[in-house]
Amino acid sequence: MEASHTDIALRVRGLRKAYGEVVAVDGLDLDVREGECFGLLGPNGAGKTTTIEICEGLLDADSGSVKLLGRTWEQGGSELKQLLGMQLQETQFTDKLTVAETVRLFRSFYRHPLTVEETIALVQLEQKRTARVGQLSGGQKQRLAMAVALVGDPRFFFLDEPSTGLDPQARRQVWDLVDRFKASGRTVLLTTHYMDEAERLCNRVGIMNQGRVIALDTPRALIASLGAEHVIEFAAAEGQRAPDTDALRKLAGVRSVHARDGHVQLHVEYLHAAVPAVLAELEAQGVSLAELRTHSATLEDVFVSLTGRHLRDE
Amino acid sequence: MTSERRDSPLLQLTLVRGREFVREPEAIFWTFGFPILLAAGLGIAFRNKPAEFVNVAVAPGGATSAQVALWLRQDKGLHVRTLPEDKANLALRTGGVALVVLARPGGGVTWRYDDTNPDGRAARLLAENAVERGAGRRDLVPAFEDRDREPGSRYIDFLLPGLLGMNMMGDGMWGIGFSIVDARRRKLLKRLIASPMSRAEYLASYLLSRIAILTTEIAVIATFGRLVFGVPFRGPFAVFALICVVSGLTFSALGLLLASRPRTIEAVSGLMNLAMMPMWVLSGVFFSSSRFPAILQPLIHALPLTAAVDALRTNMLQGGGVASAGAQLATLALWLVLSFVVALRIFRWR
Repeated sequence: MEASHTDIALRVRGLRKAYGEVVAVDGLDLDVREGECFGLLGPNGAGKTTTIEICEGLLDADSGSVKLLGRTWEQGGSELKQLLGMQLQETQFTDKLTVAETVRLFRSFYRHPLTVEETIALVQLEQKRTARVGQLSGGQKQRLAMAVALVGDPRFFFLDEPSTGLDPQARRQVWDLVDRFKASGRTVLLTTHYMDEAERLCNRVGIMNQGRVIALDTPRALIASLGAEHVIEFAAAEGQRAPDTDALRKLAGVRSVHARDGHVQLHVEYLHAAVPAVLAELEAQGVSLAELRTHSATLEDVFVSLTGRHLRDE
Repeated sequence: MTSERRDSPLLQLTLVRGREFVREPEAIFWTFGFPILLAAGLGIAFRNKPAEFVNVAVAPGGATSAQVALWLRQDKGLHVRTLPEDKANLALRTGGVALVVLARPGGGVTWRYDDTNPDGRAARLLAENAVERGAGRRDLVPAFEDRDREPGSRYIDFLLPGLLGMNMMGDGMWGIGFSIVDARRRKLLKRLIASPMSRAEYLASYLLSRIAILTTEIAVIATFGRLVFGVPFRGPFAVFALICVVSGLTFSALGLLLASRPRTIEAVSGLMNLAMMPMWVLSGVFFSSSRFPAILQPLIHALPLTAAVDALRTNMLQGGGVASAGAQLATLALWLVLSFVVALRIFRWR
């Protein structure tokens, strides 16, 4: 209903996919609006890649429906491929070809492509256009993957973990590229297990866990749903008994408390009031601390409060 | 925005295959260098030597030994030495001579030789003939000699068509098998089918690029054989070219078939060796396949390499036209169609 005046670029209903006993995607619904950047955020194994590959037409779902740019894969598959740009996980292009040759090969598959030079300029690989793929750095290879996704001048981009394994500078370059896709009015669906990536790039985020979307909103709204702007984390010193979390939960300004493996996380409204109160309470319980940290609440904290687990947990 | 003209996808895919090939120095060696080295090595080892002497020793003893030695020397094929008996026997044991001739005291001779050694038997026949003639025998049947040392009947002439066939098989299968499994392993196949690329064009680009590489390869090996060893090309060139193209496509399709499922280079290497090994042995590359028992012959003739090599030999050595290669071409075409159809069916794209 909220999207009544907006076109839906991708509509997924009741998607299910199992590999033997393991249910990878378990009844997933999703709407991605035309022109937005939508992020699927979740830990490894949450079903993000399975979901995106079904949407890309690379996998068949066991049940459920995917409607992409008004078409289905069954009926408009070849038409759809002309309209999509994709960056898959772990694609290694042929080492012996140059950047320009690789882009030119993929360009030849599209009806209305950009030129090779335009594409290479978009991903800022002009200096490397005649370099062999085998000689590129990880970040440059990822930008080549972006170039290959871009060259068909698509309306919809799929990016599967676009910055995984990249150093911070290369990540920022990839993010700048995604910003430019967004600015040109194209729709983006990306998956990531980096909460900072989702916060930085996405208009809306669906948090995935065990094959389902367990929360879906703008990053700001998701964080606001914690009812707390800040997070205090501490760990008791070695050999100490676990602190009494019920007592902590009753402190003024503390919204929630999560304890796991001796690490305790509190979501609080105001640091200046909460930190002295927490320290006083721990002192009273006779607990001494090995570490104490605070940060502003992030999507990671949303995930922790929803599942009790961290995004990076295996 | 799209001022640049669109490239043909099939042309681009084929160009990529060609670039992959020429940028791999090892592939160049195995395709061009190796068969030439092999042909050169085998050609030299099995070259037809000028007619050789057979070494014969005459041991002095009987009164007639000098006379026997004189008679033997009349035959130009015998190299006769006179040695004491013990030295002559030693020379026989160590291969220095093939035959020891002992003149017996009462006239007559003893032939001492190893009857399992072809040289020994040849020496005995020559020596016997020389001695009988010397003693006055007259031939009853007039005989004339016609020595044939024409190119075409030498080992190298037999070998070169075999090497051409073996090379087409090896390169067609390895060239395609490695490249496809590598693309699958790199998840590049998956990326390609995520794009609007035509799968048939992708597979066709392999066959096309093989034909281009094959043409060069055949030209290099055939020219080498022609110039260095004078190997004959007696049949119509068009038929020779047809056999090469059909064989090349067939082995490429076989490569496609073997590469259609494996995910690792190790797995596809095993399959390739399994498929090629019987053909190396059975298909008559290095020696005639007619040496195998009759019961195996139908199987041997059904193998694509046998068909390719037999067709090439008939064409090159006997000047066979298209009719004489018909059966082999049909066998190859059957393999080609079956392999390609099955490969398309079972091909693993991700």
